[in-house]
Amino acid sequence: MDVKHVAKLAHIAITDEEAAIYGPQLAGIVEYIEQLNALDTSSAEPMLGGLTAEGEATKTIRADEIRPSFSPEEATGQAPDPVAGHFRVPKVL
Amino acid sequence: MSIVKEIEGILDRAESVNGELNSFLSIERERALEQAAEAERSSDNAPLKGVAIAIKDNICVKGMQATCGSRILSNYKAHYDATAVERLKAAGAVVVGKTNMDEFAMGSSNESSAFGTVKNPWDTERVPGGSSGGSAAAVASGVVRAALGSETGGSVRQPASFCGIAGLKPTYGRISRYGLVAFASSLDNIGIFGQNVRDIAGVLGVIAGRDPMDSTSADVEVPDYTAELTGDINGKRIGIVRDLIGEGLDPDVKATVEQAIENLEKLGAVPVDITLPHAAYGIAVYYIIATAEASSNLARFDGVRYGFRAEEAAGLREMYMRTRDEGFGAEVKRRILLGTYVLSSGYYDAYYAKAQKVRALIKSDYSEAFKSCDAILTATSPTTAFKIGERLDDPLAMYLSDIFTVSANLAGVPAVSVPCGLSSDGLPIGLQLVGNFWGEAEILRIASAYETAFPLMGKPSVFVG
Repeated sequence: MDVKHVAKLAHIAITDEEAAIYGPQLAGIVEYIEQLNALDTSSAEPMLGGLTAEGEATKTIRADEIRPSFSPEEATGQAPDPVAGHFRVPKVL
Repeated sequence: MSIVKEIEGILDRAESVNGELNSFLSIERERALEQAAEAERSSDNAPLKGVAIAIKDNICVKGMQATCGSRILSNYKAHYDATAVERLKAAGAVVVGKTNMDEFAMGSSNESSAFGTVKNPWDTERVPGGSSGGSAAAVASGVVRAALGSETGGSVRQPASFCGIAGLKPTYGRISRYGLVAFASSLDNIGIFGQNVRDIAGVLGVIAGRDPMDSTSADVEVPDYTAELTGDINGKRIGIVRDLIGEGLDPDVKATVEQAIENLEKLGAVPVDITLPHAAYGIAVYYIIATAEASSNLARFDGVRYGFRAEEAAGLREMYMRTRDEGFGAEVKRRILLGTYVLSSGYYDAYYAKAQKVRALIKSDYSEAFKSCDAILTATSPTTAFKIGERLDDPLAMYLSDIFTVSANLAGVPAVSVPCGLSSDGLPIGLQLVGNFWGEAEILRIASAYETAFPLMGKPSVFVG
């Protein structure tokens, strides 16, 4: 596994020292999980999510009605850099 | 005694042991006393009136911190109550504090918390287990009778086992996850710790049931769990997986679990041999699915809307990358990297799709097994509580300690851990009972009958109950 490349995909700026530690650890874990390849799964349908049969049968649709929600102040009040009801971020370009 | 006085005493005891155990990240004196006064004024007979409860710090309590044990949320306060917390409050319970945990619930020892390791009340050189180690230690040390934790692969049952208390992971969909910070959504559950099974039954009856705020919470009737604790387990068929009592088990754990099977027979239960042919693949499946879902769920922590942001980044991408490098600890980064890798282009079918198929096989193993038994018995953990620092350099060894617990999360079935004895060096050992879908009442009844007939002989060295 190219740890630096994967870290870039995950938006984590890991250092060379971290990559040197995670590399062998992750390689060991990947080797362990590859034991699944030996198992014949041709007859199995993949599970999607964790729902039980009863969970699948539960009605989850509600009426499309306006309900109270957080105010702009509440929604932005804990941001690292809020400005006038918006989130400010460093320049993109 | 008045409720306010009682809660004051509990808050004092929480403070008195916290220096030693580090089980609470916040002790909420002011809010707790307000809730206590309110409970005292109210004339109703709410089921949990005045009952003190501790809440893991990844479950939202309005106005209180919700750090998830992470630097990235170190300054975050919840805007709303999780549904489980809202129902506890409505039933008269008093939230006394938020408990320490492995960062984002990723860990089996509580050592990945950004705010220091929790100590095991039985031996403060040992871990309390994880990830809900703070809640387990708060209950085991006698501060509170019950606490909420969360479970993705054993994070309530394993610390319950290490700390000598009872811990329940419910059926997936039994307790609303609204307000539980997501780690791996298809595996996550809110779980319950109790000094005994009866405490768990009381809390479960209050917080279980369909919640429109969580589309995965199921519309299934909630029984009166306390009324189900009849003590009568005559004729109950206990499934024993012989392959799982053997290799890799600490000899004390093995002997104690074998004794527990005999004890259950004395109570009228009938052991039945069963097989779970795919259980051995549980850890491999778990570390693919859990990390894949975590890499997606934790993408939201980017330094924009809340939480920690790295200083003076030159541009947006650099800000994201440095915020996440500085905000997350090593275990969380390791799991995000693994999850990103297994979902990355070209690998999806080999890892994620394969794991979802094996997960289906594990689930069908359970459905098959429950045709011939009422509950499945295993050890909760292959060992007793290990020493702090002992497994830190070997993440895979740490993962393998979840071998008996992860399959219940993969299948979605409920499971409880109840103390069944002490090791030769005086550490608690937990017995796991896994139930059929929606069968919490069944496993709680068996666990309660067991702990009533065979109570744990011993007490933690740090105990203020």
